[in-house]
Amino acid sequence: MQTTLSQAGAPAVSSPASPALGQARWPLTAAIVLAVLALAWFVTVRQSVLFVIGIGMGGLLAGARFGFTTGWRRLIEARDASGVFAQIVLLAVAAAISIPLLAKFPGDLAAALGPPSISLLIGAFVFGITMQIADGCGSGTLYKAGLGIPLNMGVLPLFALGSFLGSVHLHGWLSLGAVAPVSLVRDWGAGGALALTFAGLAVFGLAAWIWSRKGGAAASSSPWNRKLLLAGIGLALLAVANLVVAGQPWGVVYGFGLWAAKVATAAGVFDPAANPFWGQAVNLRTLDQSVFLDVTSITNIGIMAGALWIAARKPSSGKPLTGRQWAAVLVAGFLLGYSSRLAFGCNVGAMVSGISTGSLHGWIWVVLAFAGSLIGVRLRRRLGV
Amino acid sequence: MTSRTCAILLFWAVLIVFFAWDWTHASPVNHRKEPAILAIGSGQAPSGGHCSAF
Repeated sequence: MQTTLSQAGAPAVSSPASPALGQARWPLTAAIVLAVLALAWFVTVRQSVLFVIGIGMGGLLAGARFGFTTGWRRLIEARDASGVFAQIVLLAVAAAISIPLLAKFPGDLAAALGPPSISLLIGAFVFGITMQIADGCGSGTLYKAGLGIPLNMGVLPLFALGSFLGSVHLHGWLSLGAVAPVSLVRDWGAGGALALTFAGLAVFGLAAWIWSRKGGAAASSSPWNRKLLLAGIGLALLAVANLVVAGQPWGVVYGFGLWAAKVATAAGVFDPAANPFWGQAVNLRTLDQSVFLDVTSITNIGIMAGALWIAARKPSSGKPLTGRQWAAVLVAGFLLGYSSRLAFGCNVGAMVSGISTGSLHGWIWVVLAFAGSLIGVRLRRRLGV
Repeated sequence: MTSRTCAILLFWAVLIVFFAWDWTHASPVNHRKEPAILAIGSGQAPSGGHCSAF
């Protein structure tokens, strides 16, 4: 067994090719193809297409080890801007296509518009801290769970529980203060929204570049990592495909909360109709129908399936954790889910989808989450996770 | 079979049991209300839940 440093800097352990997983690749491919066909036949063709999009996302995330969390951590700790640069390219490509489409098809396509609020400030900051301890944001937790990394498989159920409870309490948090969502497309038009978005991304890129040149092992190396850049462009195109097919941007945490809400409702411990969030018509309908009809759930399942397919080729596992470390990670996983609902999304729903569809809340999210990550990486080091 | 493979199998088994339970308890899919394959240009407003919803 060989210990390596993954793209994003997380200590990952490359296992010797597991015979059981390696042999599973063809049956796994067959199972995925069957699932695609079954979704098209028994659910809807649209959901089947979204499942394929999710598989592509999972394959890219896992294949390139494209981690939002670890990209930030590499920038903070090693002054390596390659992960962040790939994220900026992802945002620029997704925005360049999504914003004009949103302006042209306002009735068919919706942006990821969250309200600037106290809830957003607190949620994004806490999310930034906990994503470093739990070693994954929404998409990171999904694809690493799909890869079979024990830490992330353990975090996933608590992420779902936290996401559910965050949505249950959301209106209480919103009562602390909020303004209506701000859409750059609506207020500035496609041209203005694109100009503002590119200007903002250029400022982030410049700040990351200046920081990365101020010493550190990465100062003399190129901040452009071809594999991460290609994965970022691929993810941007798939995010646009999600928007074009589903009519709404890529999201992750709504699906997690929905799964836990279904269990809580079935167990009789939760009455959705009495809750301000789950009592809304759209959420009651989503609760009543199969998760296979939920846009976010189907891409989430696809991401895990795509990552599992990669795992059969390139096995990897996390480093072993002590009991204390496990406890810290699981608590962080719960808070990750809870704070993601307060923040109206994670790195995907708020940052990628918010910024690429011209929502002000995406920009606020990034600043607060990055500030939280500055603390999170120190806590992570202290915990030895 | 390694412990890691067992953990992955257990993880997916739990997920599949959950999806199967959900499928049997959820309202049946109404294929007459199937949305267009592409939302863009369909004239239908998006109606799914999203992380940014409140």
